[in-house]
Amino acid sequence: MATQKPTYGIIAEFLNAADILHAAEKVRDRGFRKWDVFSPFPIHGMDAAMGLKNSKVGWFSFFGGVTGYTTGMVMIWWMNAVDYAIPVGGKPLFSPFGAFPPSYELTILLGAFGALGGMMFLNRLPRLHHPLLKNKRFAYATHDRYYLVIETSDPKYTENETRTLLESLGSKHIELVEE
Amino acid sequence: MSDAASMKKEGSMMVGTIEVKAPPAELKREPLVGNGRGPGWISDAICGVSEGKIPMWWWMCFVPSVIMAGVLLSMLFYLGSTGVGVWGPGHPVMWGWAIINFVWWIGIGHAGTLISAILFLLRQKWRTSINRAAEAMTIFAVMCAGIFPLVHIGRIWLGWWLFPIPNSYGIWPQFRSPLMWDVFAVSTYFTVSLLFWYMGLIPDLAVMRDRAKTKIRKFAYGLFSLGWTGSNRHWSNYEKAYLILAGLSTPLVLSVHSIVSLDFAVSQVPGWHTTIFPPYFVAGAVFSGFGMVLSLLVPLRRLLHLEDIITVRHVELMCKVTLGTGSIVTYAYAMEFFIAWYSGNPYERYAFINRATGHYWWGYWAMIFCNCVVPQAFWFKKIRQNMLIVFILSIFVNIGMWFERFVIVVISLHRDFIPANWSWFRPTWVDIMTYMGTFGLFFSLFLLFLRFLPIIAISEVKGITPQADPHHPLGGAKGGHH
Repeated sequence: MATQKPTYGIIAEFLNAADILHAAEKVRDRGFRKWDVFSPFPIHGMDAAMGLKNSKVGWFSFFGGVTGYTTGMVMIWWMNAVDYAIPVGGKPLFSPFGAFPPSYELTILLGAFGALGGMMFLNRLPRLHHPLLKNKRFAYATHDRYYLVIETSDPKYTENETRTLLESLGSKHIELVEE
Repeated sequence: MSDAASMKKEGSMMVGTIEVKAPPAELKREPLVGNGRGPGWISDAICGVSEGKIPMWWWMCFVPSVIMAGVLLSMLFYLGSTGVGVWGPGHPVMWGWAIINFVWWIGIGHAGTLISAILFLLRQKWRTSINRAAEAMTIFAVMCAGIFPLVHIGRIWLGWWLFPIPNSYGIWPQFRSPLMWDVFAVSTYFTVSLLFWYMGLIPDLAVMRDRAKTKIRKFAYGLFSLGWTGSNRHWSNYEKAYLILAGLSTPLVLSVHSIVSLDFAVSQVPGWHTTIFPPYFVAGAVFSGFGMVLSLLVPLRRLLHLEDIITVRHVELMCKVTLGTGSIVTYAYAMEFFIAWYSGNPYERYAFINRATGHYWWGYWAMIFCNCVVPQAFWFKKIRQNMLIVFILSIFVNIGMWFERFVIVVISLHRDFIPANWSWFRPTWVDIMTYMGTFGLFFSLFLLFLRFLPIIAISEVKGITPQADPHHPLGGAKGGHH
């Protein structure tokens, strides 16, 4: 390379789901940390093959939901029973039953925002630039091919050994991707 | 796909060292993606819909739709500038077509959420071929629905009083009214459906981005796909978020039409004040929604050459859901009638006898014919597999469900407690044109969706193919332990 851009990582192409699953298991067992698998759809069993823990999105959604329910109840109580009481047909100014439907909807609303927002936060999306997206070959990652990428910043990474490892896992196409 | 071909011929296949035995005849199922198509073909077929030259039929549908959407706008302008009196509603039928159309459109939306959320939780893999289009239908239907209650209030410029926004009188909305519950239910429904739809679109927009040839497409799809790479670390969070959204949308969809039904059931009007309303409305909503999904997808699968993705089996399954929900609706009609008699309440009893034999008897019997009799045809496999008949019957379902709301709103209101209140309701031309106009809006949006977005969930359909299964020979499994 004339421009001498730093290398982002090494990318290995696989042609079917089983091969990449087995490759991921091997890479996991070698103790790599900064690596990832790219596929056009989520592959069943890949989380375990990569050694990923259960996603934390649920917590974001949970706190969204709790916030929504509390907001609904407190808002309705304050508006209809405290700030501007409207007596209707001798009914109590505040009842948790009448306040339930809007609070329930707000639970779902903020829970849903929590799920989407949590997913985006944990995945660090939106992201306007990614070294892999500049790679021509990598465009097939959304089509019908599977890629295993080991970053150069991984402490276990050395160009020759990692390349040999990926070759031994059955990848027919391996290249370096620049930053 | 030689593997798939051999599977068809011999019923079992050998790849490497493992043999996949053909299932016994009674367990054999049509594959969800026809002709053994693999991930690459699926991308090409679905993205192909929005690439290349715009077909003539698209323009022939789009131009009239936009004109009708323009009619809707002018009708709304006429209504807003002149007053709500240009519509038919008046004492005692205050709700008229506006509320019929509101309930009808919002009911249609329910099939989309049912397919995307409830069928997902039930692990119904066939949903993947139809969920995207059905969710789009939901969003556009809810947009059409939302117009009606907003303009029906008469003074449209005061519509913001429905929301808890401080106004100059310092009065807040009155939350004991089911109409306020409805505001929250419908706006939450729209927002959450949109979030769910958009989240499903992210990986597919990335597919479109990676195939894009022109600068504009690259930029637009690139922007909206948020830099999605297909990383498994991302998929892991994504799938969890998808599951949670499905889990949240399920109680949401059940609550929305329940709350819509409470607009009626919490009042005292004979024919409305019944406890069966919430479940009966939800079943009716799903029924009408599947009617609309069938009306849209049966012609589209042919026009867009997607018969291998939306297979005959998919259409059959949708027909079965229509049959099931149609039968629940039939049960609800029968039970309503029985309770009206059994309650011994003379007003209730009169309301129901009047539905079947009064001035508007034709509305009631149109409803019974379209919703109770017609879907029973779906018991027969021959009918479920005949696309033309399925299409025609699905139109009947749409018509029948409109009449159901007509029966509930107009027939109940025009004969309430005191005969001095009784009157006769007739829609005006503005009513009719406004309703027609919402079709223009709906189809304009739906056609734009067809043209610019992946109309089938690409990554989800890929995920259910045998090629995607690392433990299936077509997915590359070679046997042995790993």
